[in-house]
Amino acid sequence: MKKFLSGNEAFAEGIRLARPEVISAYPITPQTIVVERLSEMVENGSLKSEYVHVESEHSALSCAMGASATGARAFTATSSQGLLYMAECLYYAAGGRFPIVMMNADRSTALPWNIYGDQRDSLSQLDSGWIQSYAENAQEALDLALMSYRIAEDKRVSTPYMANLDGFVLTHTYEKVDIPTEEEADRFLPAYETDNRIDFDNPKNMAFSAGPDTNFIFKYKAHEGILAAKEVIKETENEFEAIFGRRYSGLIENYLTDDAEYIIVTLGSIAGLCRKTADRLREQGIRAGVVRIRYMRPFPNEEIAEALSSAKAYAVLEKDISFGNEGTVFTNVNSAVKKENGKAEGYNFIGGLGGRNISASDIENIYESIIKGTDRVTFIGTGGGNNG
Amino acid sequence: MANKIADSISREEFFYGHKACAGCGGSLAVRAALKVLGPNAVSVLPAGCMSAVGFNFPQLCFSNNSIISTFAGTASMLTGIEAGLRAKGYKDFTAVGFAGDGGTADIGIQALSGAIDRNDNIIYICYDNEAYMNTGIQKSGLTPFGARTTTTPAGSNIHGNIRPKKNMFEIVAAHGIPYAATASVGYIGDFIAKVQKASQIQGTKYIHVIAPCPTGWGVAVDETVEIAKEVVDSGLWYLAEYENGEYRLTHRPKEFTSAEAYLKRQGRFRHLTEDDIKVITDSRDEKWKFIEKNFIV
Repeated sequence: MKKFLSGNEAFAEGIRLARPEVISAYPITPQTIVVERLSEMVENGSLKSEYVHVESEHSALSCAMGASATGARAFTATSSQGLLYMAECLYYAAGGRFPIVMMNADRSTALPWNIYGDQRDSLSQLDSGWIQSYAENAQEALDLALMSYRIAEDKRVSTPYMANLDGFVLTHTYEKVDIPTEEEADRFLPAYETDNRIDFDNPKNMAFSAGPDTNFIFKYKAHEGILAAKEVIKETENEFEAIFGRRYSGLIENYLTDDAEYIIVTLGSIAGLCRKTADRLREQGIRAGVVRIRYMRPFPNEEIAEALSSAKAYAVLEKDISFGNEGTVFTNVNSAVKKENGKAEGYNFIGGLGGRNISASDIENIYESIIKGTDRVTFIGTGGGNNG
Repeated sequence: MANKIADSISREEFFYGHKACAGCGGSLAVRAALKVLGPNAVSVLPAGCMSAVGFNFPQLCFSNNSIISTFAGTASMLTGIEAGLRAKGYKDFTAVGFAGDGGTADIGIQALSGAIDRNDNIIYICYDNEAYMNTGIQKSGLTPFGARTTTTPAGSNIHGNIRPKKNMFEIVAAHGIPYAATASVGYIGDFIAKVQKASQIQGTKYIHVIAPCPTGWGVAVDETVEIAKEVVDSGLWYLAEYENGEYRLTHRPKEFTSAEAYLKRQGRFRHLTEDDIKVITDSRDEKWKFIEKNFIV
């Protein structure tokens, strides 16, 4: 069935189809529509779930962990300050191997206060041990909501999953979305089965302490789990295509990169405008391309290096800055290129902080700048730049 | 009476092999409560003494399902467990939290308040040893007036902690909770009866049990039960319940034993002056006036 939905609404539809047994909800702009829609679904009976009105984001994730520890499928959603407030629980959920799914509406972080979209919230939590996806449009948001549980709950993975949607630009923009049927969704996503749960026949002590001898091993196992998601994401997307007919491209999505000399590497909703701009430059004879990162964790090292292998230069365009250094996506991409002895020159463009618009001409300027060579880091529209 | 209570709880042990200090009041409270609640209790323990002594992989000391929560998240994890088990179709279980005074009255009070507000079907037991004992005896919101801790030193200018204990019992009751109670491991029968009662009530239950810490209080390890009794006998703590909007005393000392004697036998109060002790006895007497007026006695 096709419907005209916002990114938030599309994600909520995906969650309805995933049938979480416990939802812990706390509102924060621009995530609110998700928890509102889910409460309506519970009210009208289209979703059977324990809907818990928690009193904070810390409790939202703590509650989700408790639910997951019973073997229940758990969902929560947050954004920005809320994500930072629950940060302790992010690490806790990853260490406990609780495959919770959480939507994060990517939003600027205070101070100064700002409710609009950038990606400094989720990117600050890359080390927390969660899988992190970044959707581009409402259809992908819905599809990721469904795929997220299959990936997170896979025995090889057992890792929580953070599905990121650009605040307002994606969460509040309406698009035509294809909603799968419940029958299709059930065929794709089996019920959650796990041994990592409370068991009255064989009682467990969970979420324990581990001293210096064993702690490291648990951490290494968590690392292995999230790395295993690389393969599981591929398998899941194949299965998804077989049932729903929509094809996704794994950890990254390449656009005209095969012969591209100049490539923008980015993530989230801005990718569409980058592709349009690349098309226009192609008409002028410039071999432009785009890499859209779909997953920041596990990080697509090989895939990015491969996509950039024949490029002369690349620009990492991101709505993030790690104060005192550079954009974190840039740091990650450079590391990927370096691992494969890539020769392309890398540049970083920081834009869109606090929701500031990134225009088509900004993107055109990025391509022009990397063709000519520019500062290592440029702050779009501020006159700011430096060579790190 | 004592035998009747002993017979009413399980012979089975659910919390043993742990490395709690000798004379630990907290471990006694946990042990007794789990004997009441039985094998289908699911316990949640935040960071604190009981998780630190009982939960070190691979030496795990609960024979019932148990989990450590975040420090602030005892109540919220209980909520999730209760909701999850219910969603999974389980009916015969009790989600019970055991949090210390800091984990309850300070960092965990928000989540606790939220759970009571939702009336989640959980039992929350605060084992109150009156300071952050696990980290080395720092002041919490439940440290009593005058107590020396490692962050409220007793000198000639300031004589230990300058503020009274937060009144968690009445804070919790003010939510309109179905059941709240105070207790002491010195009156273990009273405590056990309250846990039994709580397990029969639907909705959120809160039990606040005084659980002395010989290390932090400066008493001998074989004085735990005695001092936990004396705090009640001297009127500095009281045993009560809150139910159906009413407060009720469950134990009424005929006359108070000496508060000074209770205080002076503990290292943490030994520095108190006569004036300090007068402040404490005056505030005790005020409290009992309030109790006489507002509680069913």
